[in-house]
Amino acid sequence: MATVSFRKGFVLPHRKFTKKDNIEALGVPKKVVIPLQQHIGKECKPVVKVGYNVKVGQKIGESEGFVSASVHSSVSGRVVEVKEWLHPLGKKVLSVVIEANGKDDGFKENKNVEKLSREKLLKIIKEAGIVGMGGATFPTHVKLSPPKGKKIDTIILNGGECEPYLTTDHRLMMEFSSEIVKGLKVLMKVVGAKKGFIGIENDKKDAIDVMRKAGNGVEVVALKTKYPQGAEKMLIKAIVNRVVPLGGLPMDVGVVVNNVGTAKAVHDAVYFGKPLIERVVTVTGDVNEPKNVMVKVGMLAKDVVKECGGYKGTPKKIIMGGPMMGIAQSSDNVPVIKGTSGILVLDDAEEPEERECIRCGKCVDYCPMNLMPVTIAKFGRADRIKQAEEYYASACFECGVCAYVCPSKIPLVKWIRYAKGKINENGKP
Amino acid sequence: MKMENLNVSGSPHIFEKTSKKRIMLFMLLALLPAAGYGVFLFGVKALLVMIVSIVSAVLTQILMQVLVKRKVKVDGSAVITGLLLGMILPPTVPLWMPVVGAFFGMAIVKWAFGGFGYAMFNPALAGRAFLMAAWPALMTLWVGIDGVTGATPLGTLKVNGIKTAGYFELFMGNVSGSVGETSALLLLIGGLFLMVTKVIDWRVPLAYIGSLSLLMFVLGKDPVFHVLAGGVVLGAFFMATGYEGMPLTKKGRVIFGVGCGLLTVIIRLYSGMPEGVTYAILLMNGFSPLIERWTRLKPLGFVKVNKNG
Repeated sequence: MATVSFRKGFVLPHRKFTKKDNIEALGVPKKVVIPLQQHIGKECKPVVKVGYNVKVGQKIGESEGFVSASVHSSVSGRVVEVKEWLHPLGKKVLSVVIEANGKDDGFKENKNVEKLSREKLLKIIKEAGIVGMGGATFPTHVKLSPPKGKKIDTIILNGGECEPYLTTDHRLMMEFSSEIVKGLKVLMKVVGAKKGFIGIENDKKDAIDVMRKAGNGVEVVALKTKYPQGAEKMLIKAIVNRVVPLGGLPMDVGVVVNNVGTAKAVHDAVYFGKPLIERVVTVTGDVNEPKNVMVKVGMLAKDVVKECGGYKGTPKKIIMGGPMMGIAQSSDNVPVIKGTSGILVLDDAEEPEERECIRCGKCVDYCPMNLMPVTIAKFGRADRIKQAEEYYASACFECGVCAYVCPSKIPLVKWIRYAKGKINENGKP
Repeated sequence: MKMENLNVSGSPHIFEKTSKKRIMLFMLLALLPAAGYGVFLFGVKALLVMIVSIVSAVLTQILMQVLVKRKVKVDGSAVITGLLLGMILPPTVPLWMPVVGAFFGMAIVKWAFGGFGYAMFNPALAGRAFLMAAWPALMTLWVGIDGVTGATPLGTLKVNGIKTAGYFELFMGNVSGSVGETSALLLLIGGLFLMVTKVIDWRVPLAYIGSLSLLMFVLGKDPVFHVLAGGVVLGAFFMATGYEGMPLTKKGRVIFGVGCGLLTVIIRLYSGMPEGVTYAILLMNGFSPLIERWTRLKPLGFVKVNKNG
C-alpha cells in the first residue's frame, strides 16, 4: 500500500492488543463526577445546584468566554454534590457529582440535517460541548470559526492513532464509518471546505478498507505507521504537503484537523441532538480484560477498570491517554473526561536509571519538529532559558520521541517542558 | 486497592530498550579484527601494548571517579579508549608509555573536562598527541613486518619520496605502522558494521575520506595511497566519529568530516610530519561546538522574521 508520511519520527512498538475487540457499551454507572472543565480554556459556570434533578444530556455547566465548551450530564439522576474533585490533569476542578437513577431516555433523530445552515450547524456543535477527542480537548467550534480573512479549504480527520496500546479510533472507524463520514461532511460544510481527508496509519488496513467503502467524496489516505503521525503538523505535511508556520495554527495554511472521534461526536450532535456525554476508551495494559468500552463522561477510572476485570496486579502507573503523551495519575478516583482516549495500567513502570549524555544525537535524528532536544534540555536544566528558546524550545509539542530513544534515558521532555514553562512565565525572552 | 505507590512521572512512559551497553559492545566488536591482525603482524608485544593501555585507561577512570566523588562505574567507554590508544601506538614503545598516554587521555582530557559527555577532545588521540610531543623519538621507532626496524610507508614517502608499499599490501595491512591501523580491509569491515548498526554516522567517514582523496587528487598526489596508508581509515571510522567530539547536526558532521580531511592533507603535505590524522581530528574536535552553533537546526515551519517589516 502506498503511504505518505513526514520527516523524522520513530517507529514504536504497536502493542494494540484490543484492536479486534468490538466496542462494549458499559451500563449507566451509579455515580458520575463531571468536571466543569474538560477542555482547553475557561472553566464552566455550574447551572445546577445540589438537589436538582437532571436528565441525560441536560446542560450542567455553561461555557464562559469564547474558548470554552459547555458540559452536560451524562446520566439522568440527582445532583448530590458540587465540589472540587481530582481531575485527570492532576489539579482539582469544580465538578458536579450526580447519582444516576437509571432512567435514561434516548435522543430523537433530526431528519432535516441537509437544510441546516452553516451558522445553525456551528451553534449545534458549540451547544453540544464538543472538544477535540484525541486528547488535546480544544473546543471544536473555536477551530471552526477562523478569523476573517483566513480561508479553510481542507478538513483532515485524524485516524492515525499513532500512540501504542490505544485502539479507540481504530474501533470507531470499524464500527461507525458512515457516522464519521457524515460528521466530516458537516465539518466541511461549516467552514466551506471543498476537500475532506481521513488519514489512517497503514497498520490498520481493515479500517482503511472500511472507511474507503463508507467515504463518498472524501479521500482516505494511508499513512506510514510512524510516531507521531497523528500530530496535527505531521498529518498536514503528510496529507496535503503544507507546513504550518512556527507558532501558527493549521488554519494558517487553510486546514482544520479533527479526530475521527470528534467527527463522530459532531454527527451525534447534529443528527440526534446528542451532546458529548460519552466516548470510547481503550482500557489496556495490566488489567484482567483489556477492552474498548463506551464510557459515560464522569465515570470514575476505578469503576471503568472494575468493568474490565479489575487490576491484574499492583499497578505502578495508571495513565490517562497513551504511553507517549498520556498523564500518569496519582489515584484511580478520577473521572473519565471528554479527552480520555485510554486508561493504561502498567505494573512494571520503574523509572529507568538516568545516565550521562553521550552526545549520540539520536534525539536530534528523530525529533519530528527538527529540534535539538538534548541542547534545549541541557539549557533548561541549567535554567538558561534564553538559550533554550534560541534553540526553539517553544516549538516542542512534547511527543516524547527524544526521551523514548535516548540510550542514556535522560528525561529530555521533562527539562524541555520546564524550559517551556519558564518561557511562558516570563513572556518571550 | 492501595494507590500510594503510583508513579506519577511525566510522559513518555515507555522507553526503547537499547542502551549505552549495546553501543560499547558493537564498538568493541568492530575494533577486534584489526586489533587481532596487529597481534598477528607484530607479535605478542602488540598485544601487551593494547592490554596495558586498556588496563591503564580503566584504572585511571576508576581513580578519577573516586577523585571527583562520582559513583564508580566500570563501563565500556574506558575499555574502548584504552584499546583505541593501544591501536595507534607503534608496537615498539616501552610499556610505560601506554600507561602515561592512557592516564593523560583519561584523567586530563576526559575527566578534568567533566567525564562522560563533556570531554570534547578524543581521549585516545589526545593521549597519543601527548606522547608524541613528550617522547617523539620513541613514538617514531617503527618495526617492519620482517621484524627489523623500518619506517612506515608514509614516512618513507615523506623523507625519500618513494612508495614502499603497493595498494594491495596497504589494503591488507601487510606494512609497518601502529599496532591496529595497518589493515584497511579489517577496519573497513568494522566501520561498515558500525554504519549499518547506526552506531556511527556514515557522514563523518565519508566526508573525511572523500574530501581527503579529492584534495589529494587535485593536488596531483596519489589519493588511494593516502587513504590506505597511515591512520586515515582508523581515524575516519573510529576516532572522528566519537560522539563527544563532533557536532550534533548532520550538516555539522559533514563540515566536521571535510575539515578533518583538509587538515590531514595540509599536515601530510606541508608540515614536517609524515602523518596528520591525530592532529587533524583533535583540531576539528576543538571546532566542533562552533560548527554546531553555525548549523543549528531550524524547526519545522520556521519562517524567517523580517526585522524591517
